[in-house]
Amino acid sequence: MNETPGRPVADAVIRFAGNSQDGIQAIGGFLARLAGRTDKDVMTYMTIPATISGGPSIYQVRLGTGEVLSAGDDVDILVAFYQHSYQNHIGTLRDGGLLIYDSDNVQPDPNEKRYRAVGVPISSLTVEAIGGTGKDKGKNMFVLGLVARLFDLDDAKLEGMLNAYYRGKGDDVMRKVIGAFHAGHAYNFGQLDAQFQFAPSAPTAVRTRVVMDGNQAIAYGAIAAGIRFGAGYPITPWSTIMEILRTELPKYGGIFVQAEDELAAIAMACGASYAGHLALTGTSGPGISLKSEALGWAVMAEMPLVIVDVQRGGPSTGLPTNVEQSDLNIACFTAHGDAPRIVLAPANVEDCFYATFEAVNLAREYSCPVLLLTDQALATRVEAFEMPDFSRCTQDLTPNLEARGPDYKPYANTADGIAHHAPPGTRMVDGKYPVVTGLEHDESGHPASRPANHVMMVAKRRRKLQLLAQRLPKPTVYGPAEGHVLLIGWGSTQGPIREAVDKARAAGESVSALHVRYLMPLPPGIGEIMEGFHNIFVVELNDEGLYGYGQLAAVLRGRYGNARIRGINKTDGLPFKVREILDQMHRKLTGREVEPSETLLATTGDEEGGAG
Amino acid sequence: MSAETTIAPKYTRKDLTADHPTWCPGCGDFSILSVYFKLMEKRQVPHEKITSVAGIGCSSRFPYFVNAHGVHFLHGRAIPFATGISLARPDLHVFVFGGDGDAFSIGGNHIDHAARKNVKMTYVIMDNEVYGLTKKQTSPTSPVGFKSKTDPTGAVDHPINPMKKLIAAGATFVARTHSHLPNHVLEMMELALDHDGFSVIECLSECTEFYPGAFDSANPRKGGQFQAVPADHDPTDELAAYRLAMAPPPGYFGVFYRVQRPTKNAREAQLIAEAQAKTAGASARELLQKTFQKFS
Repeated sequence: MNETPGRPVADAVIRFAGNSQDGIQAIGGFLARLAGRTDKDVMTYMTIPATISGGPSIYQVRLGTGEVLSAGDDVDILVAFYQHSYQNHIGTLRDGGLLIYDSDNVQPDPNEKRYRAVGVPISSLTVEAIGGTGKDKGKNMFVLGLVARLFDLDDAKLEGMLNAYYRGKGDDVMRKVIGAFHAGHAYNFGQLDAQFQFAPSAPTAVRTRVVMDGNQAIAYGAIAAGIRFGAGYPITPWSTIMEILRTELPKYGGIFVQAEDELAAIAMACGASYAGHLALTGTSGPGISLKSEALGWAVMAEMPLVIVDVQRGGPSTGLPTNVEQSDLNIACFTAHGDAPRIVLAPANVEDCFYATFEAVNLAREYSCPVLLLTDQALATRVEAFEMPDFSRCTQDLTPNLEARGPDYKPYANTADGIAHHAPPGTRMVDGKYPVVTGLEHDESGHPASRPANHVMMVAKRRRKLQLLAQRLPKPTVYGPAEGHVLLIGWGSTQGPIREAVDKARAAGESVSALHVRYLMPLPPGIGEIMEGFHNIFVVELNDEGLYGYGQLAAVLRGRYGNARIRGINKTDGLPFKVREILDQMHRKLTGREVEPSETLLATTGDEEGGAG
Repeated sequence: MSAETTIAPKYTRKDLTADHPTWCPGCGDFSILSVYFKLMEKRQVPHEKITSVAGIGCSSRFPYFVNAHGVHFLHGRAIPFATGISLARPDLHVFVFGGDGDAFSIGGNHIDHAARKNVKMTYVIMDNEVYGLTKKQTSPTSPVGFKSKTDPTGAVDHPINPMKKLIAAGATFVARTHSHLPNHVLEMMELALDHDGFSVIECLSECTEFYPGAFDSANPRKGGQFQAVPADHDPTDELAAYRLAMAPPPGYFGVFYRVQRPTKNAREAQLIAEAQAKTAGASARELLQKTFQKFS
């Protein structure tokens, strides 16, 4: 960000730090939606305490006129509501940044010259504007007004959004919201005024843009793909998906069941899929451990099923409100026996919608469980993207109850290995009805433990996914196809990895990136791509493991036997900063290996405390 | 959700017979299978709509012996699986077959929730008070003192009282029968089939291999006395049902408890009807479009 008067800023990172009951998420949410409506790109990042209510909380918004790939390494503007907010987050403010603090509650260090500090009596001015006390709600709307003033945002549009959102909450609420917003917007910053103005952005989107978080995109992606039955059990950070589906599915004629536990949830989903209605279940890591039993059944019974895993820090109860990409192994390999399944991971909020859609169709086509691996950061961050074209992105899944002829076998050993079961209600012309089972079986579904039969059936279940692997699109390299360093990533880290590539290339370094969207089976072409680079690092939010590389790196090493594959890993429960990726890359390239924990302590501090 | 209906020609029990059961000679489960054939034949449930689900255990092999749509699922999880079928496909009446291990041990939690939700299905628990498939270990219904491979000096843990558990959980149809009296089994199964809700039958089913004679005391042909639920018992009286359940072994046989409560199926259908009344027949595409406008 550049705040020289007259020079418009390209993007800005604003962090609001307060307590979770202050409604700071609302400030960020409205800013994000405003950005979506004014062709600015946006990405947000939030932490919420795992406690039931109260506790420190932040919401970070990065607004920009170009493509915003990450939530930003350093904060340009910190808005601190309390002394603890100031103390815990001042370290994230960049040199020369701006601190706006509630002068009723915060006393910043008067000798600090690293940044500029502007005190605004947020609490008392809010009380003056709308009455009540400084502990009441309203400060968030005051701050929203302040920010709108500072950046010269479209306050009429913002006010329209506030009107639309709070209309149903009564006249008194409405009066306070608008009153506080106006008071904030009327605040005179003096010489700071009009220093922060975004460069005008060229309108790019053809269709309307929407602003939502990753969990919302998954829930609606599932509905659009025709999912009409789901079952789940509450667990952070998956719960909001089931809350949306429970509320929305009835409108579409569907049902979502809150099951008694994770095992029942996936069992119900298996039952509905068996009955002909492809079902969805989901959870976070601890629930995948519990669902493993039925996942294995679905592989054996060749039952289509979609399982969402919103990853959080593990193992065990772990870090319920922090991000980690440490469920790759369990997603790919959980369940005993040889149990091939499909695993894919969305890269951003928009991809959450499309990857869910694709997961549904892969499950249908290949008759097996499909795991969708997302994570806490993606679940809660808000992005703007083009509204899907629903004339193409809506499908109806009707159970196939057409009578099956005498040749029908539920587990026919076809050339491609693909076979589909017949839901109950399907008439069998020859009068012979099938059993769907978790026992090893012959082509008709009869239990069969003959050696040759097991060999045939194991191969059949594997073969169909080998076919899928051939059909998957070859991934493309971000940056030149040959060079010094290739950064491989998967899931929600795509943005920061690409930003790291941009930054390194701008500094003259030869760095490219490869995003792996399909984790099982792997798409073709990765081996050839790796041949074009001297150094290969797999960047992932999990531990470097016993042997110095993380979970995807281990999968790639196993697949390609390439010992040049190394890892860039971290386990602090926070999304990757661009700097962290580049620092580790430089250290590993120069052979200057340092304990990663030393650098992490230096860069992150305890800013996101509170999870437990 | 809907499904097409097909009218099949009348079938006989021969059409329903599949593999010869792998049960041991004399096993009580044969009688229940035979009664199930008789019930289907009598009621002529369309052949393609007969659906039986089972977990793991001797009795859970049941679906393989019925020539109809069937599922052999996981140990203890047949009930939630059947819940998925029942809710997704209101045109089917699902039968779940399993043993005491499935129902009261590894799947003990599921039965409570299917009962309180009142999911429409019939659950036949073939209780032999022993683990048979794994060759004689103590089961959750084995009486104290029962000698098994895991309790060589006699079981020490207090057994579950199935009737008490089922009534307490909120099952809306709770009955008890004995595999040695097929006519009584048929009567209970038919009542269960006609019950609109979660109907459970505990059927004492002797394991001749590992717990022979377990239920002789209720078998008139073995000198026992079959004690029917008294004619004046009010099956809607929950406390009276508990009192029947408190009777010492072999206990009473018949319908202990039967009440009408809206099913989960009906409740969900109502939610759908109410939600769709508000959207006035909008298509999925229109609904999504409208919802996404709110996010813009």
